Amino acid sequence: MSVPTAVGADFVPGGPGGSGGPGPGPADAVRRRVAVPGALRGVPAYVLLAGLVLVVIALAAAWPGLFSDVPPDAVNPVAALQGPSTRHLFGTDQLGRDEFSRVVHGTRVSVGTGVGATALALVLGSAAGVFAAAAGRVADEVVMRVCDVLMSFPGLLLALMVVAVLGPGTLNAAVAIGVSMTPGFTKLVRGQAMLVRRSDYVRAAVTFGRGRTEINLRHVAPNALAPLLVLATVTVGGAVVAGSSLSFLGLGPQPPAPDWGAMLADGQNYLAVSWAVAVFPGLAVTATVISVTVVGGYLRKRFEGGQADGGF
Amino acid sequence: MSHAPGIRWLARRLGLGVLVVLGAATVAFVAFHLVPGDPVRVLLGAETPTPDQLAEVRGRLGYDRPILVQYGSFLKALFSGDLGYSFQAQEPVSRLIGDQLPPTLELAAAALVLALAVSIGLAVATAGRRPVLRGVSGLLELIAISTPGFWVGVLLLTFFSFRLRLFPAVGSNGFGSLVLPAVTLALGLIGVFTQVLRAGMERALAEPFVLSSRARGTGQTAVRRRHALAHAVVPLIALSGWTVGALLSGSVIIETIFSRQGLGRVVATAVAGRDLPVITGVTVVSAVGFTLVSLFVDWFSRVVDPRLREAVA
Repeated sequence: MSVPTAVGADFVPGGPGGSGGPGPGPADAVRRRVAVPGALRGVPAYVLLAGLVLVVIALAAAWPGLFSDVPPDAVNPVAALQGPSTRHLFGTDQLGRDEFSRVVHGTRVSVGTGVGATALALVLGSAAGVFAAAAGRVADEVVMRVCDVLMSFPGLLLALMVVAVLGPGTLNAAVAIGVSMTPGFTKLVRGQAMLVRRSDYVRAAVTFGRGRTEINLRHVAPNALAPLLVLATVTVGGAVVAGSSLSFLGLGPQPPAPDWGAMLADGQNYLAVSWAVAVFPGLAVTATVISVTVVGGYLRKRFEGGQADGGF
Repeated sequence: MSHAPGIRWLARRLGLGVLVVLGAATVAFVAFHLVPGDPVRVLLGAETPTPDQLAEVRGRLGYDRPILVQYGSFLKALFSGDLGYSFQAQEPVSRLIGDQLPPTLELAAAALVLALAVSIGLAVATAGRRPVLRGVSGLLELIAISTPGFWVGVLLLTFFSFRLRLFPAVGSNGFGSLVLPAVTLALGLIGVFTQVLRAGMERALAEPFVLSSRARGTGQTAVRRRHALAHAVVPLIALSGWTVGALLSGSVIIETIFSRQGLGRVVATAVAGRDLPVITGVTVVSAVGFTLVSLFVDWFSRVVDPRLREAVA
């Protein structure tokens, strides 16, 4: 299920995380540097750029008014399907609505769906995974076989099935994607939890006479989950694409809510007139996914570099 | 080694496969009965039915029977190849899937061949070569992986159909109408395939047998093609399950964009219209396909890598 990311080892110059000190060593002199605060020293420029894009996206999701004061659903039929201009940076759609404002205001729903879905998968997968690892062989076997069955619904199919049951809509699309990502997370958490349970500090806790529930909650759960938070950042990208795919098919947010996938689906009918409607919403999705993949990949590498091998 | 362990392995895998398909069918059946609201009302659509009508349809479809009895007859029908009746298309689901499968297979096969050709070429050309070349290829792969298929499709439509008028924008007749959808579907695969192939090739190129082959006078390219590539293909085969999923979910999007006929379009329409028998049917069929593919992958890995045979037997 896991798709390899393009961030190869060859991209990261020097040992990441190793240069915390401010002293300019010989290695630092060779490395190309951007003037950045201490905490970000040694982070490659392309990761910083991707991080900057993510900050802008987060701001647009939280306060769209910062970037555009044009209301996203202000209709102006006279100015329909115009190309980009100084007045309408990204042009206008078939109803003359400002495309830039709609892309900005669409951030919250489009990115929110992906983040929400990942969060849901993380919560459900962690609960099921820790349960499988902690509740004995029968429970473990049942949970794992259910995961196998759910993972036999390839790609988007499981999410599509959930939407078919729940019906279309923003929340339902996020739930559908979250559910479809859950089996993968469950298997990972279970693997981690199994490792942690065999570790010395858990054995020590057993020796001290701590109860099962307490050990599972205080020791197994936090230690099994920490590596997954980093992995989750990588999967947000895939979840954003899945979310816009559903809304492109008309199964996500319903009109007139601005959403990147739905905007593309609308724009597709007017391609012969205006190219702008087809370009900008997709560019927003792609920029988001690339940035998430780059930053997530870097975090994962850095995190795993500082840890003993996970081994699952 | 005798054949007995192999046959036992196959029997075990087939048994597990049947269980997975049964599980998938059960999940679909349960989901069907979790639907908020009455499936019969969904079936009757916008009209407000009288209680008599509701009872009549319910009786005709067997929805008034106990749930376990329904489950039993659902499984029984399944084994005889009966997947139910589509609300929307007004025809048996098995016939609907049978009719719509060929165009989707055609699209998937074209995309797969294209993706393999391009990524094998890229991997052979860039594996273990200069950092600049690999960097550029890596960047392109990142873009290919991160770009959603529906956007690529719409962009290709804009430029090749509407600007240049090279290919038809809609339909599924002839070779010309296959080009853009196949390219769109292939693009996402190319990024992943190239990464996997190149990583595999670089591992293989570091092996002593490459050096000894070079020492015997085999050219650089010939070594890559004949020796390193064969090793790199194994992890690619292991990705087959992912590939099938990517092709199937890709076809849902791409057949919608290009107004092509096919299974993906059927799925998109059925989900939007909540045509649950169709969803169930596609679920079962794809679970069967997925199980067969993973069976093939395991068998193939055993053939290629004898170490696995001993580990399992």
